[in-house]
Amino acid sequence: MTDATEQADDVPTPERSLRIPVMQRVLDNPFLLLFIGVTVPTVFYILWGLIELTQIPIAN
Amino acid sequence: MAIAEAETQIIGGIAAKFRTCPASGLKIDLAAERLIKANAVASIVFLAIGGLFGLLVALTRWQTVHILPADMFYLALTAHGLDVLLVWIIFFEMAVLYFCSAVLLNCRLATPKLGWVAFVLMIAGAVLANVAVLQGNSSVMFTSYVPMKADPNFYLGIILFAVGALIGCFMFLGTLVIAKDEKTYEGSIPLVTFGALTACIIAIFSIAAGAIILLPTWLWSLGYISHIDTVMYKLVWWAMGHGTQQVNVAAHVAIWYAVAAILLGAKPLSEKVSRTAFLLYILFLQLASAHHLLVEPGLSEEWQIFNTSYAIYLAVLGSMIHGMTVTGAVEAAQRRNGYTRGAFEWLRKAPWGNPAFAGMFLSLIMFGFLGGISGVVLGTEQLNIMLHNTIYVPGHFHATVVAGTTLAFMALTYLVLPLIFQKQVVWPKLARLQPYIFAVGVAGISLFMMGAGTLGVARRHWDIGFADAPMSFSYPAAAHLMLALNGIFAVIASIGGILFVLIAVGTVLWGKPVTAENIVESLGPMPKKQVTDAVSTYGNAGTWHLPGTYILVAVFFLSFVLYYFVNWKYLSEIWPLS
Ligand code: HEM
Ligand SMILES: [Cu+2]
Repeated sequence: MTDATEQADDVPTPERSLRIPVMQRVLDNPFLLLFIGVTVPTVFYILWGLIELTQIPIAN
Repeated sequence: MAIAEAETQIIGGIAAKFRTCPASGLKIDLAAERLIKANAVASIVFLAIGGLFGLLVALTRWQTVHILPADMFYLALTAHGLDVLLVWIIFFEMAVLYFCSAVLLNCRLATPKLGWVAFVLMIAGAVLANVAVLQGNSSVMFTSYVPMKADPNFYLGIILFAVGALIGCFMFLGTLVIAKDEKTYEGSIPLVTFGALTACIIAIFSIAAGAIILLPTWLWSLGYISHIDTVMYKLVWWAMGHGTQQVNVAAHVAIWYAVAAILLGAKPLSEKVSRTAFLLYILFLQLASAHHLLVEPGLSEEWQIFNTSYAIYLAVLGSMIHGMTVTGAVEAAQRRNGYTRGAFEWLRKAPWGNPAFAGMFLSLIMFGFLGGISGVVLGTEQLNIMLHNTIYVPGHFHATVVAGTTLAFMALTYLVLPLIFQKQVVWPKLARLQPYIFAVGVAGISLFMMGAGTLGVARRHWDIGFADAPMSFSYPAAAHLMLALNGIFAVIASIGGILFVLIAVGTVLWGKPVTAENIVESLGPMPKKQVTDAVSTYGNAGTWHLPGTYILVAVFFLSFVLYYFVNWKYLSEIWPLS
């Protein structure tokens, strides 16, 4: 999030980005990985799960 | 201590004191070193306490011994889960995070003072939760499912502990930033540090989820909140309960790579492949929390199946990649060390007399064969129904979290003692045997609990004889036999555990100092006594000629497929299709 954007000011120069493959740049960016690692389970496991739980009708 | 050699360096305006490791040439920040020591010592104290509770639990489940009365059984079970699963493992992981950042990156540790705040919070939290459990009003087991209510201090203790651990995770990230700014390494961080980063990321999600659900639960136990929804509790709690187990997996995989690198000079077969496997963990491993909710009403089949199969098989793939590449890296290194005959000379001539190597390799094999295969069976929605809440479940996770994680941590300890504590391991002959004794015991408890579970024995059940129960049921004699064997192997595992604690404590107190002259011998037997910088640098092994590894992998797949289909066959017998 903010950390990920902070990383962006070390934007690679054009030559450097040509040399370093995209995948490696992802793997070298800990804050991007942190963002992915928190968002994926929050969305697919917690939020999706909570939405389903709110759909359960209340017993009388 | 080599304080005399310590030098002060001013980097970025901040003074840190370093000493130079005589084995690796790495500069070690003394502040990081002190924190590693404190966290490692604390972890081992709680392993000792929690392990003894485990023994009592196992001896109670052995029906002819049946050592504890019902209330004490549940108290001991709660203390066992709390002290080993949370406290032992997470304290040790804090030490691992500091080691993999500051030490391996040749860098100073970010905010060491905050590290002490974290440490004090964790100690205070662990003590508070333990006192609450021992007082007897908090026998809710470590999962503390609502509406069972524990003493407020039980929840508060865990929350404080979690906050401390979270601080440690952010210090790890801070240290990565410092190392990058101060250019203490070149290119990408080393693979072992990358594994620790994976553990740290999963930990941040898991611990935050735990704190988020335990905070309202604490308020509820204090009477400020009237109701907590039980399924919602389980959903969020398991983000922590499962997530922290995945922290363990990432951490012990990183340790496999580290031990292989330090002792054998092993380099990963492919940095790219291993890092991608860790990325699969970051992406998918945490979704598998859903396998704890496979019999919960209210959650759709789609949610269950997406989270426990489609996505999670990719994470399982990650583990299989690591299992294969660690083995392959060991083989490649050993072949380079000169053990090239046949398919398995590299394995036969491996340093089996070195407890760090033996512990690491046994952890790798048992985690894969016992923990991994049983985990996929349990995590399959259709098969889970046969085994859910049986003692098969503890059988499975003692293979992962004890044979896998705990044994790997023990293995690393045999290197941390000479490298960080700068003490030679006392009683080297006993130390050589210790990982084997522990491994035999743990393999036994895992297999026999799984065996009893297959026969339908429930987990967390004080008396399967139903002596004073209004309804009675009799289990087959084989189930009682399994629990008796479990008790016997629990004694063996406990002997292995006690030896470990005695050796570690004895070494810290009475070990002979390690010096530049004896450092290499102090690491224990290894091929050609070579210490390389493989653990702290980037680079591939550069070979794929690994016949032994390919054979082992084939055996693994064969066992996996056979066992998986045997379980489908059991299922078809429970519900005949015709
Ligand atoms: C001497 C070593 C150990 C022995 C003999 C042992 C034995 C047992 C037994 C018999 C159970 C109870 C099964 C049941 O009735 O449901 C159990 C539960 C458990 N064990 Fe262990 N264990 C040992 C070490 C460990 C370690 C090192 C860990 C974690 C790193 C661990 C984690 C757990 C957990 C999380 C539970 C579940 C508690 C619950 O259901 O609330 N154990 N153990
Ligand atoms: Cu799980």
